Amino acid sequence: MSALPVREKLAILSDAAKYDASCASSGSAKRDSLKSGGIGSTEGMGICHSYAPDGRCISLLKILLTNFCIYDCSYCINRSSSNVRRARFTIDEVVRLTMDFYRRNYIEGLFLSSGVIRSPDETMGEMVEVARRLRLDEKFSGYIHLKTIPESSPELIEKAGLYADRLSINVELPTDEGVRKLAPEKKPETIRLSMARLRRKMEEKAEPTLRTKKRERFAPGGQSTQMIIGADKTSDDGILQASARLYGSYHLRRVYYSAFSPIPDSSSSLPLQKPALMREHRLYQADWLIRFYGFSQPEILAGSSDGMLDLAIDPKLAWALRNRGRFPVDINSADREALLRIPGLGTKVIAKILATRHHRRLRLEDVGRLCHSIAKLRPFIIAEGWSPGALTDKQGLRDKIVRSCEQLSLF
Amino acid sequence: MQRPTIRTDELDLAPHIVWLDSQTDFAGWRDAARQLALSGTRPEDISWQVTTGSAQRQNSLPAVPSEARLVVPREFIERAETAFCHSDPGRFAFLYRFVWRLRLEPKLLAIASDGDTRRLETMEKAVRRDIHKMRAFVRFRSIGEGTDERYVAWFEPDHFIVERNAAFFVKRFTGMRWTILTPHASADWDGERLAIGPGATKGDAPAQDDTEALWRTYFENIFNPARLKVKAMQKEMPKKYWRNLPEASLIPELIAGADKVAKDMIARMPTTPAPHHAKIQAKHWPRREPDKAPEDDDASSISELREAAEGCRRCPLWRNATQTVFGEGPDDAKVVFVGEQPGDQEDLAGKPFVGPAGKVFDAILDDAGVDRQKVYVTNAVKHFKFEPRGKRRIHSKPNAGEVRACRWWIDRELQLIKPDLVVALGATAAQSLLGNAVPVTKMRGEVMQREDGLRVFITIHPSFILRIREPADKEAERERFLQDMKRVKRLMAA
Repeated sequence: MSALPVREKLAILSDAAKYDASCASSGSAKRDSLKSGGIGSTEGMGICHSYAPDGRCISLLKILLTNFCIYDCSYCINRSSSNVRRARFTIDEVVRLTMDFYRRNYIEGLFLSSGVIRSPDETMGEMVEVARRLRLDEKFSGYIHLKTIPESSPELIEKAGLYADRLSINVELPTDEGVRKLAPEKKPETIRLSMARLRRKMEEKAEPTLRTKKRERFAPGGQSTQMIIGADKTSDDGILQASARLYGSYHLRRVYYSAFSPIPDSSSSLPLQKPALMREHRLYQADWLIRFYGFSQPEILAGSSDGMLDLAIDPKLAWALRNRGRFPVDINSADREALLRIPGLGTKVIAKILATRHHRRLRLEDVGRLCHSIAKLRPFIIAEGWSPGALTDKQGLRDKIVRSCEQLSLF
Repeated sequence: MQRPTIRTDELDLAPHIVWLDSQTDFAGWRDAARQLALSGTRPEDISWQVTTGSAQRQNSLPAVPSEARLVVPREFIERAETAFCHSDPGRFAFLYRFVWRLRLEPKLLAIASDGDTRRLETMEKAVRRDIHKMRAFVRFRSIGEGTDERYVAWFEPDHFIVERNAAFFVKRFTGMRWTILTPHASADWDGERLAIGPGATKGDAPAQDDTEALWRTYFENIFNPARLKVKAMQKEMPKKYWRNLPEASLIPELIAGADKVAKDMIARMPTTPAPHHAKIQAKHWPRREPDKAPEDDDASSISELREAAEGCRRCPLWRNATQTVFGEGPDDAKVVFVGEQPGDQEDLAGKPFVGPAGKVFDAILDDAGVDRQKVYVTNAVKHFKFEPRGKRRIHSKPNAGEVRACRWWIDRELQLIKPDLVVALGATAAQSLLGNAVPVTKMRGEVMQREDGLRVFITIHPSFILRIREPADKEAERERFLQDMKRVKRLMAA
């Protein structure tokens, strides 16, 4: 195995890592190398250095330390029963690859995950060592995201938090039943406990210490998680309930939804079909409504028949169509909370509307100039010289909007 | 992006010609614009030109009347400086027109629907995007070795952004010696000093770098062919950048092969488990014993009982909580305190009374002279019931069914500890201990005797004190609770 050239290992261990959706390099503290004379910086916002033809941003070198694994999670390409080729990087190889890629400006940093070999502590220990060497030996100030193994010891997690920007633990599936069925060796209870421990640690370290009056560094980019969508039968409502619980309980920066994707040598217990990309997209939109638009989780799908998000229209429009009694909203007088509920209006456009209307009353054309298309919002707003009249309550409004938006759709 | 400067000076009939030192001479533009605006020069009377070659030209601008005043919002200067990097040759005149309008319409920047404000924003956006894409798509190639090692990149931006963007690369690649070449300008960092130089050509940059083979390998393998979304890729990485990206030549092939690879993955029958699988299963996952049912009545100590409660499924509250929060304290405590349910902090820590209410409780026990180490504290309901609200969890009151389900554990805790006295903190605890709803405020301070002989002292939950806003009332309530605890201490001794 050690005879495999690095390039072949890289092929195997990046192929093995690509089913993890998270790639963000954002949300960490700002820092640079001016003082250290080393290499690397982080801005508030991450940079996508390339895009693969799957439309996903390539920001970090996302690899596994090894794809040997003692777990047998049926949705995972690296499960112990899979026949994929196996490989294992040395610590040195990962450090060198990261630095070589970073110096050429290919990446923002490293996202290191691993199959579990021998014991959780041994694997986690090696991952922490990679991060330690990058930070201390290489004076690397770029982004480091470590996937945390829930069963590893608290001391290792503490060290991981010292060197990494972000830590994450995957909940794997939206329900405990799903985990038990598809990932029989994983324990949802342990996963929850590890997330709870991370949140406590982050809160503890956010306080200045008594002795130095300074805050100790601990994963400034917070924690995140991922759940696989469509491998079990959980409805969208159930998924959003699960993520609302996770955001509230463990203060996650992000919950990533990853449409179950067929994998080479897949298990027979799974739906073998193309990944539900649109469903994934709608879940992200709903997640956004909850986090940035003042929607509560139960509101999103209240009144829907099957607890599933409409695939043809976005969740805010679907909500507005189910709650037409709250419209039309007057764009020139409504407060921000009410504006946030209007389909087709984003937070940035709303900020502009609020600033502009101090100085002049907005007409429908003015709103049209500020946002991409007014097809979606016309029936829901009142503007100077515009009232939707009976349009808001019209039968067939959904289909009319769908038709006028079709050419604008990304998909 | 290099546009030839049209030499219009001979033809131009505008009364005022302003010469700028370079495409990025913002300071020169600002000085001239200030003077022109102060002297009341109309936008249509000015022709803006960029000096070509090294010839410096003196501008003769109209005199400024001494009483003239011009106030331009600082926000405009900042935004104009960004827009100034745009390659649009009309930008100098446009930005001056904006200054001209600002004299009479000082709030112009806030009118997002105005044509000029939108144009300014569009230009800024284009420049910011170009800056961002440069940070993303510059690809260094390494030359030389050891102390001679240097990194050189060739990049073709749409706008005049090299000067503005260089600081970013200095901060990021401080420990490297590097040069970024573009058609308009170049930036060079020798490890200590940044130098902006003239433009260059692609041929001036190294033609290859061995590490690119590894990068291409990564690009190929991180791509998931089952999720082809070419438009989404091209929106963020337009084709115009591809010629300078070492990975981009792989794209057509990856797209062409994707459908087949994805279909093959779906069509291929699952294979039999890998040979090592059985060994791993036997070694790491020996057949698990069936989960011990929490009904197991044979717990003979609190720690065994706690363990049995870990997997409690007697009511659905476990689903949203992190863990069972069991009681804590000595097995032979003389007094047991029963609260309502764990809160946010208790749920995370797995221990009762560690959150804000627990801290109040601890302090008052201490004031009353009750040793927390010698008492047992627990809750009527052992899982946290809440509603998520963004990053907070709002406590919800457990219902009668949940309280009843959890009595199973309270009963066993009391059977094992056999205390002299139980303190019901609040209505939920009283309901759990006495079997029916009790008016706590009315019966506060009373000692009830249960059928089994156990004495139950009734008082409020310490979180009640936390919820009082008025400081005087809060202090009074704290004092009442302190008196209750002193009575508990006396009852303990009795």
